[in-house]
Amino acid sequence: MYRDSKWRARAGALVTLASALALIAGATVADAKERKKKDKEEEAAAAPAFAAIKPGDPVYPSTYKPYPGVATAIRGATVYDGRGKKIENGVVFMSGGKIVAVGGPDTPIPADIAVFDGTGKFVTPGIIDIHSHLGDYPSPGVDAHSDGNEATAPTTPEVWAEHSVWPQDPGFSRALANGGITSLQILPGSANLMGGRSVTLKNVPARTMQGMKFPGAPYSMKMACGENPKRVYGERGRMPSTRMGNLAVNRETWLAAIDYANDPKAKRDLAKETLVGVLKGEILIQNHCYRADEMALVMDMAKEMGYKVTTFHHAVESYKIADLLRENGVCSAVWADWYGFKMESYDGILENAAFLQREGACVVIHSDDQNDIQRLNQEAAKAQAAGQRAGIDIPDATVIGWITYNAAKAMGIADMTGSLETGKMADVVLWNGDPLSVYSRPEKVWIDGALMFDALNPKTRPVSDFELGQPGEGDVK
Amino acid sequence: MKNLLSVSALALIAAAAPAMAQDVTITNARVVIGDGSEPIEGGTVVVQGGKVVYAGPAAGAPAGGSAVDAKGAYVTPGIFATVTTLGLTDVVAVSETEDSRAAASPFSASLDAAAAINPVSQHILVHRAAGITRAATATAPTGSIFGGQGAIIDLDGDATPVVQARAFQFVDLGENGARLAGGSRPAAHALLRAALREAQALAGKTGTPQTTEIVKDDEVLLSRFDAEALVPVVTGKQKLYVAAERASDIRAVLGLKKEFPALDLVLVGAAEGWLVASEIAAAKVPVIAHGLADLPETFEQLGATQSNAGRMMRAGVKVAINADSLQNPRRLQQVAGNLVALNKLPGAAGMSWGQAFAAISSVPAEISGMGGKAGVLKPGAFGDVVIWSEDPLEAGAVPTQVFIGGIKQDLTSHQSRLRDRYKDLDESNRPEAYDW
Repeated sequence: MYRDSKWRARAGALVTLASALALIAGATVADAKERKKKDKEEEAAAAPAFAAIKPGDPVYPSTYKPYPGVATAIRGATVYDGRGKKIENGVVFMSGGKIVAVGGPDTPIPADIAVFDGTGKFVTPGIIDIHSHLGDYPSPGVDAHSDGNEATAPTTPEVWAEHSVWPQDPGFSRALANGGITSLQILPGSANLMGGRSVTLKNVPARTMQGMKFPGAPYSMKMACGENPKRVYGERGRMPSTRMGNLAVNRETWLAAIDYANDPKAKRDLAKETLVGVLKGEILIQNHCYRADEMALVMDMAKEMGYKVTTFHHAVESYKIADLLRENGVCSAVWADWYGFKMESYDGILENAAFLQREGACVVIHSDDQNDIQRLNQEAAKAQAAGQRAGIDIPDATVIGWITYNAAKAMGIADMTGSLETGKMADVVLWNGDPLSVYSRPEKVWIDGALMFDALNPKTRPVSDFELGQPGEGDVK
Repeated sequence: MKNLLSVSALALIAAAAPAMAQDVTITNARVVIGDGSEPIEGGTVVVQGGKVVYAGPAAGAPAGGSAVDAKGAYVTPGIFATVTTLGLTDVVAVSETEDSRAAASPFSASLDAAAAINPVSQHILVHRAAGITRAATATAPTGSIFGGQGAIIDLDGDATPVVQARAFQFVDLGENGARLAGGSRPAAHALLRAALREAQALAGKTGTPQTTEIVKDDEVLLSRFDAEALVPVVTGKQKLYVAAERASDIRAVLGLKKEFPALDLVLVGAAEGWLVASEIAAAKVPVIAHGLADLPETFEQLGATQSNAGRMMRAGVKVAINADSLQNPRRLQQVAGNLVALNKLPGAAGMSWGQAFAAISSVPAEISGMGGKAGVLKPGAFGDVVIWSEDPLEAGAVPTQVFIGGIKQDLTSHQSRLRDRYKDLDESNRPEAYDW
């Protein structure tokens, strides 16, 4: 993918720079003295005394490294690969943090590795939530922790969700243990038309955000349609106060970003850097948008300004324009059964996901909730059942894709995780029963091949700093 | 799509005519009594005159009524949802449609939900189609610690939704109550005691009330009218639902009985109830508990765990599942299913299938004063019967047929009509607006 080659190119540039510095350091003292004056003059002319890291080069970089794992195989389980394939009595073999082999009962595995009997159990890729606020709106949800939305201006593309993440949010561990969540995207809130950059995390306990940051994942920018921006700013007597105001502010902002992109002498502007990243296709768009008519307008705005919407979130009315969404290649991230809590959610129906699938449009099931993230599998099952009643039979293996591969695709990480395919990250969940049944829970969860949760071993249940010494520390939760 | 038009037209005609209770015999059913027992295979349910007359093995069933073959499906009592705002709101974020909150009102305990129930609210239609046949519905504490008087309603959409008006009073003695009382737990407890003493005085127990109202600045925390509404509470004629989460808050609630012995208490929430389960059981106070809360979302629920309900039940507490903390009440059956799933997790305390179903049917009905009448298939109970598409505790389960008081219910709603319209996106002849 274009995005990934960009990342590798940046990493290469850094290596070159480091080599050059090493060469300078290794030069003789005499050489250095000779060149000293001349160098100083050149530096004064070429570079300022103080400089931040160049825009586009990695900052706040991931320090995440896979935790130690052992070569492991699961055999005898029903395997959903995340891309629509179901293997009965299957084998999943992982080693070195990667998926090595996935196949039927005859798949060869080495003799000297850990083997789990998966009889009666199920294996899926690690579950992925494309829409979470964990860490940014952590538990306890006190005002002092309310870090998810810089709702002080209608557009804040300059803020980065990663700068608010509190890694001690106990919600991460619940999502891991009860939901089998291995990756998740933390989005800024929806009070603003442009809420800022998202961050994609590996769901591993860490002391810092950087220790969770998904290496190589692209950024997204959060946008929001509809009621929230016009209400929040309209009530303050400023634009936007209407849906037409929403579009006007968006368009003015994009035009300014285009001017900035075309001006090589422009002063650095964090907000516009994010927007230019979107125009270049390096940063994805995750757009909170409930109503069908507004989604259609946003897709036209994207055409007008030259960017692409990757996913509409909370898209309760996607079913009304499933054909349009398919034609534009835009995913819909949806709930199974949320409806009616605000005017723009009034037309939410249980069949939304199934109708999108019927039209061949991209479906992702999301949570936006610290509780529902623990049961994305059940949300997917509810949406599947509603489809079946409406005469749309969607295979279980496809439904699992709604919360694995499709989510990864819409987050730009599908070449690394989201499915059980050779060479990909060994992000794997072993369920103690059919994951689309209410009676099943994750039994084991591996992230990059490391066993990060085992329901049968209480000491593998992560306990955040906040929970230490509190009632129920280390409880089954 | 023309056939849909005629179907909906028929439905409208049917809805317009007053429905009559039919005598029905449902055979070949996997019968769930709702009392905590496990399902009975090959059972029969007989409803006559709007009441259940028999539910159990086919052999003992009396004859009569029109026959329905359940074809092996689960047949259960209707789900009893507590605590809800069903019938009190159309769209939560559209304030003019929202009757469960009234922060600007000078009244609190005297607010009466029964006066505002809209029996054909879309939420009632949607939740009826999800198998909920009766509900406790209440106004929320917003202007004072007292929420007002909740009602028991049925969801059959007829002109008389209220089964029992003023069934319970609601008071918040947790963090939210502290905030509403002026900023602290002692403030909430002082306000509660002052209010109950006023009510005692009004009931003639301790002479004439000394104050007519409690105000702070321009806010009325208790009016005379509210104090009067608390008379049935302090005399034990009306239940007092008390929201409390923290273990110490729960103990403080249980302690109220020493000062006001007639109080008929029900705990709502009780996220840390498992830490004081034996005390709750000894006080014989039932709990309407969060089903799956497992996060320290507030400082009053640091010990929250999905095993809370199961642990309290094991300690002898009567536990129903709270609908109020759910995204919507139709998730009650999914929550109950999750409690069954806990049994497979080492260290967790779940419920058996029968216990979990009872926690959303007979137990909440009993707590609401509807024991033996609702949430259970026993002779004399309301003829509220649901036939399900699959195991009703599975996440995707929905009813195929719903009877309330023996009357078969229409399961259409705004949602089902949207579903029917958008089954295809074909506008080659006419826009979708003509498809109805």
